[in-house]
Amino acid sequence: MRVRMRGTTGLRAWAWQALALACLAAAVWWLASNALANLEARRINSGFDFLQRPAAMPIGESVIAYRPGDSNLRAIVVGLLNTLLVSALGIALATPLGVAIGIARLSRNWLLARLASGYVEYVRNVPLLAHLFLLYILMQGLPSLRAAWSIGNVMFLSNRGLVVPALAVDGPWWPVVVAIAVAFVTSWGLHHHADRAQVRTGRRPPVLPWGIVLSIGGVALALAIVGTRISFGIPRLDGLNFAGGWTLSPELTTLVVGLSLYAGAFIAEIVRGGILAISPGQWEAGYALGLERRRVLRLIVLPQALRLIVPPTTNQYLDLAKSSSLAIAIGYPDLVAVINSIITDTGQAIEAVAMIIAAFLMLNLGIAALMNWWNARIAPAGWR
Amino acid sequence: MRANLFGGWVNALATVTIAVLVATVASKLAHWAVIDAVWSAPPGSSGPCRAARGVGACWALIGEKYRFMLFATYPYDEHWRPALACAIIVLLYLATALYRHRLCWLAALWGAGFAAVAILMWGGIFDLPLVGQERWGGLPVTLLLATVGIGTALPLGILLALGRRADELPLIRLVCACYIELIRAMPLVSLLFMASFVLPLFMPAGVSIDKLLRAQVAFTMFAAAYMAEVIRGGLQGVGHGQVEAATALGLGYWRTHALIVLPQALRSVIPALVNTAIAMLKNTSLVLIIGLFDFLNAAKATIVDPAWQGFGLEMFISISLVYFVICFSLSKYSQRLEGQLGQAARH
Repeated sequence: MRVRMRGTTGLRAWAWQALALACLAAAVWWLASNALANLEARRINSGFDFLQRPAAMPIGESVIAYRPGDSNLRAIVVGLLNTLLVSALGIALATPLGVAIGIARLSRNWLLARLASGYVEYVRNVPLLAHLFLLYILMQGLPSLRAAWSIGNVMFLSNRGLVVPALAVDGPWWPVVVAIAVAFVTSWGLHHHADRAQVRTGRRPPVLPWGIVLSIGGVALALAIVGTRISFGIPRLDGLNFAGGWTLSPELTTLVVGLSLYAGAFIAEIVRGGILAISPGQWEAGYALGLERRRVLRLIVLPQALRLIVPPTTNQYLDLAKSSSLAIAIGYPDLVAVINSIITDTGQAIEAVAMIIAAFLMLNLGIAALMNWWNARIAPAGWR
Repeated sequence: MRANLFGGWVNALATVTIAVLVATVASKLAHWAVIDAVWSAPPGSSGPCRAARGVGACWALIGEKYRFMLFATYPYDEHWRPALACAIIVLLYLATALYRHRLCWLAALWGAGFAAVAILMWGGIFDLPLVGQERWGGLPVTLLLATVGIGTALPLGILLALGRRADELPLIRLVCACYIELIRAMPLVSLLFMASFVLPLFMPAGVSIDKLLRAQVAFTMFAAAYMAEVIRGGLQGVGHGQVEAATALGLGYWRTHALIVLPQALRSVIPALVNTAIAMLKNTSLVLIIGLFDFLNAAKATIVDPAWQGFGLEMFISISLVYFVICFSLSKYSQRLEGQLGQAARH
């Protein structure tokens, strides 16, 4: 039960709320009328016509083709895709790093545990922006392209960025996407069918082999039909540049590395907390069954800890996606950086900032929905 | 200890590998940062540093530039004023940590302290020359943004949290929930953009708000949403019996919350509030994106000087260490508080 506010019954409660809303509306009206007057005085257009007008600024790197003179809308899409790219790469790297360091902090090896906790404490107590600047400077201090550091002879790190192996697609790429989607949906259907068959007959028909055949066969078939060729490009130094592979600019590399090191430290703490929260009895029961420490961790403790780990980790993912907007400070053209130059260009700050907010709202909702779905799946029956 | 480090051959191997790695890195670092480093240089000359380039660190840069790093564009002859202001703010925090139970006394101290800080920073009276906000910079800007931001966000956050839990007022609850979720969904950078580009458009003609103040407004709005969620967690932890008992005593909504619920709720979330404060302190560094000279941006500006270009590594390492010392001590304090509060709860 909660206390009622004095006079919050019926009519008076609504009167108070109406008054509060009226004040809010008056404030909004006052701000809006100021804005209209200011826009007129400064001869700034309003509305979203500027999206169709050509954009002046060049964008250093983009996932889809772009050149100055394309519409502002296309520039914004390029920025949005860059933001998505950074967020996806950051999340993909931060998660294993965080899990590894979180487990390392609990290691019985004193040296390893201290090292991991030193890392976590340092990274968490310094602003991300300071980390990014430091990494960017380090990146610029790397050897030149000719003398690039080789990582296992497949990845190369130099002051011009990181070159990684990549799939090179020669021809239309959409059949591959369609084939993968078809394989995914069919495998999912098979999985459900197997579930039902298992309930009915007690025997589970094989799913995995069929799934593999479907994915590989489907993709191969699609490629054969449209004549697209896919090759796995391993970069190699060819004169003044790298041929093959995918080159991540120094800015992108700095941003992805910085974001994942930073988020990794926070995820490590979450993982550690989740593992510590599992009662010692679970460990002991595992040992009593004759399992080694590593197998107890993997088979008994981690699956239970995961339920505690997923919700706060979702928050870290959201933070990482939002922090990707720091790209502007080191000159990577993400959504916020692109919109910033559009504001300078057109002066239409209100619309542009509204677009940033809308984009991040969608991104946040998307990540949250995905993680909630997964969270519901790993929850034990009865928790849902 | 021996079982810890050398129990089992896998463990022993790991220990040796890590030890060798750490030793290698540490010895290289020691050579670069201490043994071969350049600790001092003649004023205005980066010659010795250039000579040691790639071999040793150039700490002489810090000695040369520390005044600009700390106070940026504040008039040089008046630097003692922001220095004193920073000292006052740090002392206020220390006093709060040491005597956190004497609330009235602390409130008076903070009032007096901030009056002194305002007089020192602005001047204009007591023969102190007036210094406009556009010339402030460096550490005092970082400390002020964080302190004022947290100080104003806390009451706002309490109101938002109460509003979000006001079941009888669905419209108010909706407004509060929307505000909190909207702010938490967007990056601080976009809020700062709003303060920098959009806010001026919303002001009546002729009214212009100073950039620092605009950033402060954005910062307060941002922090309030996060504080509100932390406080809401605390409110949820206060038992129903407390509220019922207060109602039985004839207390109304505001007195129930001010005297019974909030003291317990806030007490239980002090560690979480300190953690939010640490996050906000780190977040102040983002104001460099709208061109304000906080501690980080002032440091970044020093290495634009052609004579000292190329020594950014030393600069950012020093800056990171300063942030680390501040935030690490705050987080250690928060952990100790958590322990104390946990013990108090168990008694």
